[in-house]
Amino acid sequence: MDLSTEYMGLKLKNPIVPSASPLSRGLDAIRKLEDAGAAAVVMYSLFEEQITLDSFYIAYYLTHGTESYAESLNYFPDVYSYDIGPDEYVNLIRRAKEAVDIPIIGSLNGVSAGGWTDYACLIEEAGADAIELNVYYIPTNPDMPSSEVEAMYIDTLRSIKRLVSIPIAMKLSPYFSSTSYIARRLAQAGASALVLFNRFYQPDLDLERLEVAPRLVLSESDELRLPLRWVAILYGRLPIDFAITSGVHTYQDALKAMMAGAKIAMMASELLKNGLGRIEEILAEMTRWMEEHEYDSVKQMIGSLSQKHVAEPAAFERANYMRTLGSYRTAV
Amino acid sequence: MSINENRQQVTIDANEAAAYVAHKTNEVAAIYPITPSSPMGELVDAWAVVGEQNIWGMAPIVREMQSEGGAAGAVHGTLQAGSLTTTFTASQGLLLMLPNLFKIAGELTSTVFHIAARTVATHALSIFGDHGDVMAARTTGWAMLFGNSVQEAMDFALIAQASTLRSRVPFLHIFDGFRTSHEVMKIEKLTQDDMRAMIDDELVRDHRRRALSPDHPVMRGTAQNPDVFFQSRERANSYYAQTPGIVQSEMEKFEALTGRRYRLFDYIGSPDAERVLVLMGSGCEAAEETVEYLVARGENVGLVKVRLFRPFSCEHLLAALPQAVKTIVALDRTKEPGSAGEPLYQDVVTAISESAMSGDSRFSNTPRVIGGRYGLASKEFTPAMVKALFDEAKKPVPRNHFCIGIVDDVTFTSIPYDPDFSTEPADQVRAVFWGLGADGTVSANKNSIKIIGEETPNYAQGYFVYDSKKAGAVTVSHLRFGPRPIHSTYLIQRASFVAVHQFNFLERYRVLDTAEEGATLLLNSPYAAEEVWDHLPASVQQEIISRRLKLYVIDAYAVAKSAQLGVRINTIMQTCFFALSGVLPHDEAIARIKDSIKKTYGKRGEPVIRQNYAAVDAALAHLQEVQIPAAVTSLFDLPETVPAEAPKFVRDVTAPLIAGRGDALPVSAFPVDGTYPLGTAQWEKRNIAKEVPVWETDLCIQCGKCVMVCPHSTIRAKVYDKPSLDGAPDSFKHMPAKWRELADQIYTIQVAVEDCTGCRLCVEVCPAKDKSHAARKAINMQDQLPIREQERKNWQFFLDLREGGSNLRFNTVKNVQLLQPLFEFSGACAGCGETPYIRLLTQLFGDHTIIANATGCSSIYGGNLPTTPYTVNRDGMGPAWSNSLFEDNAEFGLGMRMAVDQQAAYAKHLVSELTDLIGEALTISLLTVDQSTDEGIKIQRECVNALKARLGGAKSPKVRDLLSVCDSMVRKSVWIVGGDGWAYDIGYGGLDHVLASGQNVNILVLDTEVYSNTGGQASKATPLGAVAKFAAGGKTTGKKDLGISAIRYRDVYVAQVAMGADDAHTLKAFREAEAHTGPSLIIAYSHCIAHGIDMSLGMNQQKLAVESGYWPLYRYDPNLAVEGRNPFQLDSKAPTKLLKDYIYTEGRYRILQQSDPASARALLEQAQESVLDRWHQYTQLAALEPRPLAV
Repeated sequence: MDLSTEYMGLKLKNPIVPSASPLSRGLDAIRKLEDAGAAAVVMYSLFEEQITLDSFYIAYYLTHGTESYAESLNYFPDVYSYDIGPDEYVNLIRRAKEAVDIPIIGSLNGVSAGGWTDYACLIEEAGADAIELNVYYIPTNPDMPSSEVEAMYIDTLRSIKRLVSIPIAMKLSPYFSSTSYIARRLAQAGASALVLFNRFYQPDLDLERLEVAPRLVLSESDELRLPLRWVAILYGRLPIDFAITSGVHTYQDALKAMMAGAKIAMMASELLKNGLGRIEEILAEMTRWMEEHEYDSVKQMIGSLSQKHVAEPAAFERANYMRTLGSYRTAV
Repeated sequence: MSINENRQQVTIDANEAAAYVAHKTNEVAAIYPITPSSPMGELVDAWAVVGEQNIWGMAPIVREMQSEGGAAGAVHGTLQAGSLTTTFTASQGLLLMLPNLFKIAGELTSTVFHIAARTVATHALSIFGDHGDVMAARTTGWAMLFGNSVQEAMDFALIAQASTLRSRVPFLHIFDGFRTSHEVMKIEKLTQDDMRAMIDDELVRDHRRRALSPDHPVMRGTAQNPDVFFQSRERANSYYAQTPGIVQSEMEKFEALTGRRYRLFDYIGSPDAERVLVLMGSGCEAAEETVEYLVARGENVGLVKVRLFRPFSCEHLLAALPQAVKTIVALDRTKEPGSAGEPLYQDVVTAISESAMSGDSRFSNTPRVIGGRYGLASKEFTPAMVKALFDEAKKPVPRNHFCIGIVDDVTFTSIPYDPDFSTEPADQVRAVFWGLGADGTVSANKNSIKIIGEETPNYAQGYFVYDSKKAGAVTVSHLRFGPRPIHSTYLIQRASFVAVHQFNFLERYRVLDTAEEGATLLLNSPYAAEEVWDHLPASVQQEIISRRLKLYVIDAYAVAKSAQLGVRINTIMQTCFFALSGVLPHDEAIARIKDSIKKTYGKRGEPVIRQNYAAVDAALAHLQEVQIPAAVTSLFDLPETVPAEAPKFVRDVTAPLIAGRGDALPVSAFPVDGTYPLGTAQWEKRNIAKEVPVWETDLCIQCGKCVMVCPHSTIRAKVYDKPSLDGAPDSFKHMPAKWRELADQIYTIQVAVEDCTGCRLCVEVCPAKDKSHAARKAINMQDQLPIREQERKNWQFFLDLREGGSNLRFNTVKNVQLLQPLFEFSGACAGCGETPYIRLLTQLFGDHTIIANATGCSSIYGGNLPTTPYTVNRDGMGPAWSNSLFEDNAEFGLGMRMAVDQQAAYAKHLVSELTDLIGEALTISLLTVDQSTDEGIKIQRECVNALKARLGGAKSPKVRDLLSVCDSMVRKSVWIVGGDGWAYDIGYGGLDHVLASGQNVNILVLDTEVYSNTGGQASKATPLGAVAKFAAGGKTTGKKDLGISAIRYRDVYVAQVAMGADDAHTLKAFREAEAHTGPSLIIAYSHCIAHGIDMSLGMNQQKLAVESGYWPLYRYDPNLAVEGRNPFQLDSKAPTKLLKDYIYTEGRYRILQQSDPASARALLEQAQESVLDRWHQYTQLAALEPRPLAV
């Protein structure tokens, strides 16, 4: 069975790619992902705020309370250089490229087109095959029009495109007024792929402490349906690849992702919950299913159930919503 | 001493200068922190950590010991085993080394100890500089070589090292603490080649050959009898006789290498001077400046700088003196009470007398010698004083055994001087900067002086004066630079530039006292140029006008805010200083500042650099010149330092100290024995908090947590009856008290906004939230200024309310909040984690407590003048407090216990004997009242008062004796308080002994897990994986389990507490510990500024420490074992968090995570294991079935 696929020009042996997550922290971890059958690895994200905050924190720790009292002019030995920039991250990419054969995709997470875009160059220099750009922005300012938000995405992409020649994937949130429009703009601005969708870790509320409490919840299969819909809608309309992330847990999920139009299916929650062995299991089950259903290759099925190719295109649009509600009422 | 342009010039302080040579010329260093020498050990350790090599290509081994005594012992050992070894110390540290000094000298062992000379504690501790410590070591047989400046500290470190190897006599290399050790000065750096040339490797090999080795075994350290000891002591005479010549020849060798000429006694001045000053240390520099000034004006004066004080070479001294000398003024920076004269004076007298007696005719007439004291504890020594001494020497009968620099109006020893006399040259820029510790002023000035010193041809000097308080600390920087060498070892007297980095200083300090005519004044002002004038106090306006000052303003906080720098205005003010001083062309200055930012912050990441660059770029655009009006317009001026109703002592003594005018107080103003009244901190209203907590009555649940955590006792609670509200200010807040027992009573929480440091701990712990607006709590922060006046009145009204609730049992946090703290407004850091425990101690037991306090943070915020935070209740009772030393505190406290017990026993004995006089009922009461409760103590106190009344008229010796000891019959609670440096390290031997004594003492260990007061050096309490000084790579060994060690004695009550995790548990432990009639030990988690945390979250850090299992809460109560129960009670729950979730919220761990992630991971893994292991052990202990009681 030919499970190979091609994503942003990268030839992949299969469509299962671990998404940006702690799964890629450390060389051993990356080796294990390769051994487990992953076709490529999206590195854990280099967070813009983390770099800035680390720098500020270190400066704060080393200066707070200093030069105030004659007996304690400072509190810490200041002998080391601090690994505050992307050095550790970039070194890991370099070492990973030497250690494994699968493509390595760097991941940058930030909100500004400021200094962190320089890190894209370092990632490229380290040998990364591509960069995934995750612009994690929550527009809370009521005076900020959506056009400005969209422009920020485009500007960020452009500023990085100017700096690097490796392909860039944009990881998006689902919260755009017009997902199709932003997708087209990004494609025009040079994105090689769209990764749909970023899962915001929505804050929770602590009823006892009356506080907002951050809470990390792993995805479930049900979450697949949102990216599935949008990949299916966009597939074939833009000269760009798609990856589905969020909700890929089973071989069925992976197959659906392909059929909707994704070139690859990204996974993290399932691997974190049930181990890396799931990659091989899913690949085996995909193969079995494809054999049973007489498919020759993954490429054959990509986009086969996209809006462009289904018998009932409206199923992906508003009509589908009405029908879904209707079926729910019937069931009750 | 001029600078050779061909050699590298550096701008550093003397600690770094000496440490540099010590590191290069030694193989081992055994160290222990003590101010002001600590930075030497820290630097050598830091260099060793990064592999910096000595001249033989090896990085020295550096080991922190548990005390200076330990360091000296380790040095002695390494020397005996053949390694070149050094250490660094001062003051009490040197005294602890004395026994080893005698040994090392007796064994003729080559070594150099580098000493930042510091005052020895007598009537009080002082961290500042004089020669009291080194003079106590002058009988040890060590050579003593004094460097007077930063350059000499580097040069003499090397000359001493070379000389000790050649002479075999060990050397104390001495320079003055703070004045030299902390003075930043442009100097010429010695090279590796210089050191190679000065250190004779054959002598090093000789040193090794003398080492103990089983390959050629010998014995040293024998015990000797009267038949041989004396002769053996005399056997080494020739080595001492040769030493001055050796030092002189090493000085000459050094001169050939570097061009810098030194003699054992250097003479400066007129060749035929009739009046000559003789002294040593940094004072020589001020004296040299004055002598040159006076000689240039025709005065016939001179100066002898004593370099080698031991062995004292009379011959070289006599040779250095001009033949015409008539009067020699010998000055000592030490005091030897009861002596015929201070040490240098006596040596000079001996030299002159012996010369005269031997018929030496080198002098025209035998000169007379007068001697006196100057500069104790860094008291200023200025050209004006030098001039006064030369004037005195001119008199037919000059005063001998004098003091200079103070006014002695008791024994009239002081020589007056003209404070207006100045030698400060016109071609020198002198800049004084008033700043806050928090705003980074000193850091910026250290950078500035480095830039000027290293990037311009100017000579440059920086000296920094710090505060006694850690919260809201004021700093004053003194920067000098100019075309000629700088010898001014005194604070700037006439400044050409004054910068005031905090606008409110204008109302607190006389910041313009030093401004000379036409000086520039730079002010960080929230008001723009056109409006600032009206906000200046009248006297400031007057000074600006009369001295024709040029005034510039900048709103540095606004610039800092836009650059996201918070309160760090340092680079902004620095940029303005360079622009106004014109020391460098504008663009070059900006470039150099940016270079220095990169150098300083580079290791901390690009974002911080960018942030500071942005501030520099923005600064000058906001700098404005103010047009000075012709007349004073202000209607306000500097307020009185303390109010008129303050006690006389506070008005007469404390107030001038607070105002920075303590130097002007005469000798008579002070107590004869260092005894000070309590409760003076309340009179110093510092107003340092920008925001203060404000109480909301609609939300408060009266839990008392805010009162419990307040480190400065500025939040208080009272219950009182309704009529007490009569006359309350309109803004005074109150609500019905929520106690069942206190029906109809009123409750108030009041904040002393003028004393609050704005730490926010109270807000963070407040559990009561507005149901409609969760961010609003029962305590919220608000700007202080708008409410200052109203809250000042409210606070006064609150203080006058009588404390209610006396019928309550004070065994809950809610109830304890109502007890008056007898510890308030200390100088501790904002958000301090230690002081809440001390406050609690005083609330519970303060009226019958004696505190023995180990040296450290708690003795500094507890007892550093100008004010005293321990205070008294309405009846005048409160904690009696004393600090002995760092190393002996447990023994000190035990001594107090023994005295109190003995007096109580004697009192009871007398009561029994005097029953007839006292009456049977009162006698029985006095002898039998159960004082285990507060009520019992109260009853006994009433009995004692009744006894006093009854015995009042009787005059027999026994009655008078009984009256002198009867108060001791009221139970006294002895508390031994200190930090982990004391309890785990330097004082552990004594602590252990006291724990084993069975005596009724209470030991409170405020465990910050580092030596906080001296700047965060590792102790044995420092946890695995934490970065601290001397553990720069993260501590690789675990924290000592002090509690378990104590538990093994079985009769010791032990509790491990963390107020932020469980305040009720803390309270219970304090109660039980005090009630226990044997020794008790409380180990209290104390978050600290040295942990690298947001101090407002300190209590939360404590909670995380407990939740992660790092800091289990427990109590071991031996009394339970007596009842047949398991004495060990594990009071916290099994870990619910991983260790990393706690430790990586703290800088001390994150620093390692970001500097060496691999080590951090490995240490974290070990530390997590150790947490689980300890938890396992404790659960086993808690689950033990108690041994059945013996039948």
